Amino acid sequence: MLPLSTDIRFGDEQAMLLETAVAFCRDKSPVAAVRRQIDTEHGFDRALWDELVGLGWTGIAVPDPYGGSGLTLAEVATIVEPMGRHLLATPYGSTQLFTQALLAGGDEATKTAWLPRVCQGAIGTVALHEPHGDWDLAHIDTRAQRDGDTLVLQGDKTLVGDAAVADVLLVSCTLDGAPALALVPAAHLPAERRRRETVIDETRRVYALHLDGQRVPAAGLIHGAAAHAALRAVRDTALLLASAEAAGGIAAALDTIVDYLNLRTTFGRKIGSYQSLKHPCAEILMGLERTRSHVAHAATLMGAGADAEVALRMAKTEAGDDYVFAGDRAVQFHGGFGFTFECDAQLHLRRALWLQHCHGDAAHHRRRLADLLLG
Amino acid sequence: MSELDTFRAEVRAWLEANRPADPGFLLPESFMEVGTDEQFAFLRDWQRTVYQAGYLGMAWPKEYGGGGRPQVYQDIVNAEMARAKVPFVPNTIGLNWAGPLILAIGTEAQKRRFIPGILSADDIWCQGFSEPDQGSDLANSQTRARRDGDSYVIDGSKIWTSLGSYAKYMILLARTNPDQPRYDGLSYFLIPMQTPGIETRPIRKLTGEYGFTQTFFREARVPADCLMGREGEGWKIAMLTLTFERGASGGQAGGLSRMALTVQDVLEMARRARRDGRPALEDPFVRDQMVRFLIEDQGDRLCTARARIPALCSERPHAIPLSNKLRTSEHRRRLFQFAQSLQGADALRWVGDDRAIDGGKWQRSYLNAFSSTIGGGTSQIQANIIGERVLGLPKD
Repeated sequence: MLPLSTDIRFGDEQAMLLETAVAFCRDKSPVAAVRRQIDTEHGFDRALWDELVGLGWTGIAVPDPYGGSGLTLAEVATIVEPMGRHLLATPYGSTQLFTQALLAGGDEATKTAWLPRVCQGAIGTVALHEPHGDWDLAHIDTRAQRDGDTLVLQGDKTLVGDAAVADVLLVSCTLDGAPALALVPAAHLPAERRRRETVIDETRRVYALHLDGQRVPAAGLIHGAAAHAALRAVRDTALLLASAEAAGGIAAALDTIVDYLNLRTTFGRKIGSYQSLKHPCAEILMGLERTRSHVAHAATLMGAGADAEVALRMAKTEAGDDYVFAGDRAVQFHGGFGFTFECDAQLHLRRALWLQHCHGDAAHHRRRLADLLLG
Repeated sequence: MSELDTFRAEVRAWLEANRPADPGFLLPESFMEVGTDEQFAFLRDWQRTVYQAGYLGMAWPKEYGGGGRPQVYQDIVNAEMARAKVPFVPNTIGLNWAGPLILAIGTEAQKRRFIPGILSADDIWCQGFSEPDQGSDLANSQTRARRDGDSYVIDGSKIWTSLGSYAKYMILLARTNPDQPRYDGLSYFLIPMQTPGIETRPIRKLTGEYGFTQTFFREARVPADCLMGREGEGWKIAMLTLTFERGASGGQAGGLSRMALTVQDVLEMARRARRDGRPALEDPFVRDQMVRFLIEDQGDRLCTARARIPALCSERPHAIPLSNKLRTSEHRRRLFQFAQSLQGADALRWVGDDRAIDGGKWQRSYLNAFSSTIGGGTSQIQANIIGERVLGLPKD
């Protein structure tokens, strides 16, 4: 496997998307708007979602026959970085995970039924995590039993993104002892099955689902090899998008620090002139550059349909830790103000801690990378 | 097979056939560590062999002894030399700093006089920038060059002169006008080292090796045409030299300037080494650390790849080039330090001991790694440069 490829490509489509996304996220997601959404039930602005859908973003990686643009996750990652930078909260990430799972494992009828709706704004999500807290998506305690045209579920799901607004969910379970994903339209999941969970990143909305005895349609069930492919696609997508989101976050945290260091004066000097503050800023910048490079490479491989496991695990490791370092220093370097809710540094630190621990932290990925690279 | 693939195969075959035999003594790690006459002679002969085969200065103009071919050919040779782990070519300051500078801004006479000897290793070059009392503060150079008729008379001292005792020429930064502020009083010279009044004294390094000298100038009289550019342009020309030194602008003759030791070599050593009676690579801590270094190394390689795509670097175009030295030199220092920790009790041994792993080169590599974290502006100065020039933070 070593030496690793260093292939990075960036096409004209990506360059145009990046330009659009940078301007859109900057204009539509000022920090005041981000803070307003923290206090709302669903954590996002439906009108903004409609605008984003209108730009075609939910269908970027959906093939033409299903109403999408026929591009790849590389283009999706391109717009997720500015979303991360401006803390733009929408169900975009959840919907991308749903979309990729369906593309990788769904049957033709289900794809034809749901992908065009996603392109037009339907919200999808995936219910994968469970109370055991294991990051391995194949560790599934939730069971499904077939009963004619329906499945009877038994178990609990946790940390299900945007479940309260989702039009459709893919719920991982085991069927006859093998991993499967049940396709659950929202109408088949009563609200009382759902409980909002309180999480460290207050811009996110996640839910626990109590599924004991819940009957859902068997139509659209993903099982066998397709289920493995779908779970793999979800994992890869999640790692890529979390890394891209973190890259944007590091850039924003760094901006926040640099602005303050150029503004604040103590002991008769701008605090940015002190090397004890300046040098960590250089460290954050180098982390940002490495993160962006890892993300660009992983996106290139994903866009080409190549095996990206090593690149994705490296990207997530670098991105997660670098964003936490940037957020941590952002709080510290703002001094007393940094300790307040009002200071934006906390938004980044809390977002960074979320991203660091979602879909595997650095130590988790390094252990897997060791097996892949060292034998 | 494309033309470049054919060329790569040809280079690979040539390196296999012409790889020099083991000299029977430990070769130095880089051009900064050439400490004995036998090391120097061996490496100079190797540079000649490489040049005569047409694999050095491939992109330099033919009329001065270069190959007149596109840069990509030299890039392939450099990569293949690293891959084949052949020795480095020693005339680094000539090949990669002074040479490209002379080609960029030198006169026709300077190009004809200096470039062929740089390539053939007949003329070894050294650099007179740093001074004993100025550290990383190059602009404060105090060595004087006083115009006297058709000559300049030089007084003062330079330090960290790599290959100082073997060099025929020096690129020298000296003060021609002490009344001008820091930058404006400096001038740039290409001077012959065999000049009465110039004396070199070897410096012994923390490894016990030699390789650097301190160079003393006592009324050393050099011809006035040694001046490069005009008086007062020294700082500008020195900065241009540093862009070549830091590899930021291309134009180098090529060839390796140091032993190619990478994270993969450390990994290979980890496969052989034992800790606590077991293969080092079975230790979960070692595995975790090893992967950290692999991720960091890959990140730096990917930064180099990304820097070639302007649309991906538009926010801060200088971030990658200006942080390259800091990222990679600190990475190497920590990597070689880690390499000791793979060796169990054998980490206690040093160069020359029969049982030292790989002849003790890992111990030596770690201590020599400081040459890159200190030389050419310390890591701390590099962090200041990044903070101020890339991020726009206020000066100290």
